[in-house]
Amino acid sequence: MSAPLIRRSAAELADALASGETTSVALTQAHLDRIAEVDGPVHAFLHVDAEGALAAAEASDARRAAGSPASALDGVPIAVKDVLATEGLPTTCGSRILEGWIPPYDATVVARLKAAGLPILGKTNMDEFAMGSSTEHSAYGPTRNPWDLERIPGGSGGGSAAALAAFEAPLALGTDTGGSIRQPGAVTGTVGVKPTYGAVSRYGLVAMANSLDQVGPVTRTVLDAALLQELVGGHDPLDSTSIADPLPSLVDAARQGAGGDLAGLRVGVIRELSGEGYQDGVLARFQHGVDLLVAAGAEVVEVSCPSFVHALATYYLIMPCEVSSNLAKFDAMRYGLRVQPEGIASPSAEEVMRASRDAGFGDEVKRRIVLGTYALSSGYYDAYYGTAQRVRTLIKGDFDAAFGQVDVLVSPTSPTTAFKLGEKLDDPLAMYLNDLATIPANLAGVPGLSLPAGLADDTGLPVGFQVLAPVMADDRVYRVGAALEAALESEWGGPLLAQAPALEGAAR
Amino acid sequence: MPEITRAEVAHLATLARIDLSDAELDHLAPQLSVILESVASISGVAGDDVAPTSHPLPLVNVFRDDVVRPSLTPEQALSGAPASEEQRFMVPRILGDEQ
Repeated sequence: MSAPLIRRSAAELADALASGETTSVALTQAHLDRIAEVDGPVHAFLHVDAEGALAAAEASDARRAAGSPASALDGVPIAVKDVLATEGLPTTCGSRILEGWIPPYDATVVARLKAAGLPILGKTNMDEFAMGSSTEHSAYGPTRNPWDLERIPGGSGGGSAAALAAFEAPLALGTDTGGSIRQPGAVTGTVGVKPTYGAVSRYGLVAMANSLDQVGPVTRTVLDAALLQELVGGHDPLDSTSIADPLPSLVDAARQGAGGDLAGLRVGVIRELSGEGYQDGVLARFQHGVDLLVAAGAEVVEVSCPSFVHALATYYLIMPCEVSSNLAKFDAMRYGLRVQPEGIASPSAEEVMRASRDAGFGDEVKRRIVLGTYALSSGYYDAYYGTAQRVRTLIKGDFDAAFGQVDVLVSPTSPTTAFKLGEKLDDPLAMYLNDLATIPANLAGVPGLSLPAGLADDTGLPVGFQVLAPVMADDRVYRVGAALEAALESEWGGPLLAQAPALEGAAR
Repeated sequence: MPEITRAEVAHLATLARIDLSDAELDHLAPQLSVILESVASISGVAGDDVAPTSHPLPLVNVFRDDVVRPSLTPEQALSGAPASEEQRFMVPRILGDEQ
């Protein structure tokens, strides 16, 4: 094993730490050096905490020297999406309204990372309050896709995905409300998982839409994602929606899947998530992935989920309603930006609030708050929010019926490969279409994984393959994901990211 | 077909406590109409007999024992406040002159 440290998987780094080949300080410094080298152009990070990460790494090395590592991943550094509260580290959610805010507490997932000994490298860039599919809605400038710096890294978690694709971090945490972990994974050639709703605590996650949000792993391999979800997941008394029952072992499922045998597994290809609106190069890579599942022994059938065609519209009613309610807390009184309105001698709290929210929120956030305010207003509530909630029931019903026939469902993760920065920035509907295939899982609460399926013939850019499973059966997405990953990597002769162009100024 | 007028957007922005400039209103109003027209496609998809889903998994109330737990200190709670005084959040006047 002679690959440079920063190019190895988290599982390999854990082994290297356990064998004494390297130390957490060396590993953490290597990633900090890489960040210093390439993050100018990539801009995956909003804040880098070199001092804190190195101090945590030293403590990790001391534990290991004493023979008592805190976890299997003790000492492996990680990046955290800037929507998760980190005590003592800035948490902006990509918004001006929280510029400079330093939380006085840790999100539960962050507390679990710290307890397990993972040094936190810094906070990653995102669309403002996780609203977007390109990371261009960040108030602090976009992240760029390491495969092509002129293109978007997906969103909202483009920073976490790009940090992985640019080898700036071996692990990251993301959040997925309509695809914000999986779609960035797809367009950057990395792995991302949205766990079952309630399988990972949301305490300390700045909510966009409570009934849809979920924290999950952003990694380069399926096994790494399983290791990270097992580490941060599980019941949390501080989150009332947290599931009390444990999930099946995800790491075991990933290891079993990597053996490549899927005999007896029933796979459903979702008819409604392909065809029109999907790029040819994406569909070709997806079909090849399906062929490999067949070759591994799976039985593949086409499954129809007729209500999925309404998922996007349903989501863009339910989500803005929850957004308009959630973001009311940014009132310029207890935390965040306070702006004095111009030309008013002694402004009232309401006037200050209105001026602060105008100055602090960007376009997309304002669009969604106003849309949600409209859909929830008297006289429209039943027509919009009520209707969307009933269609949500139909979408859940489609999943239930499909999982009566098959063990997992598959589709392309995103309809296209990465588009150019600016291309869809001021065309909200075009931007929303990026989440066409990822949204149904959020509406129904089921787990979903995206892994690299190869490069599209027509654009030469990464394509994502999505695996969906029933609620609480997260182990299945890991098993199938690991099997497909093994089959694809044996064709490619290594990970897909080995084919990514070297970044400017980066010695490889 | 639903359409949000510029005046309606201005009213909604007031309800949502956001001062939108004239330029923002000109920009947002047509975009919101396009989005609304698109999402209105789901009207009539589900019959009245379909129960609404507010949450992906069934919710049950969660209780904890009524015992004292560690919590933020006043300094921590006020650490992000734009202004504070005597361990309190300091806010602009909340009543108008006429009140």
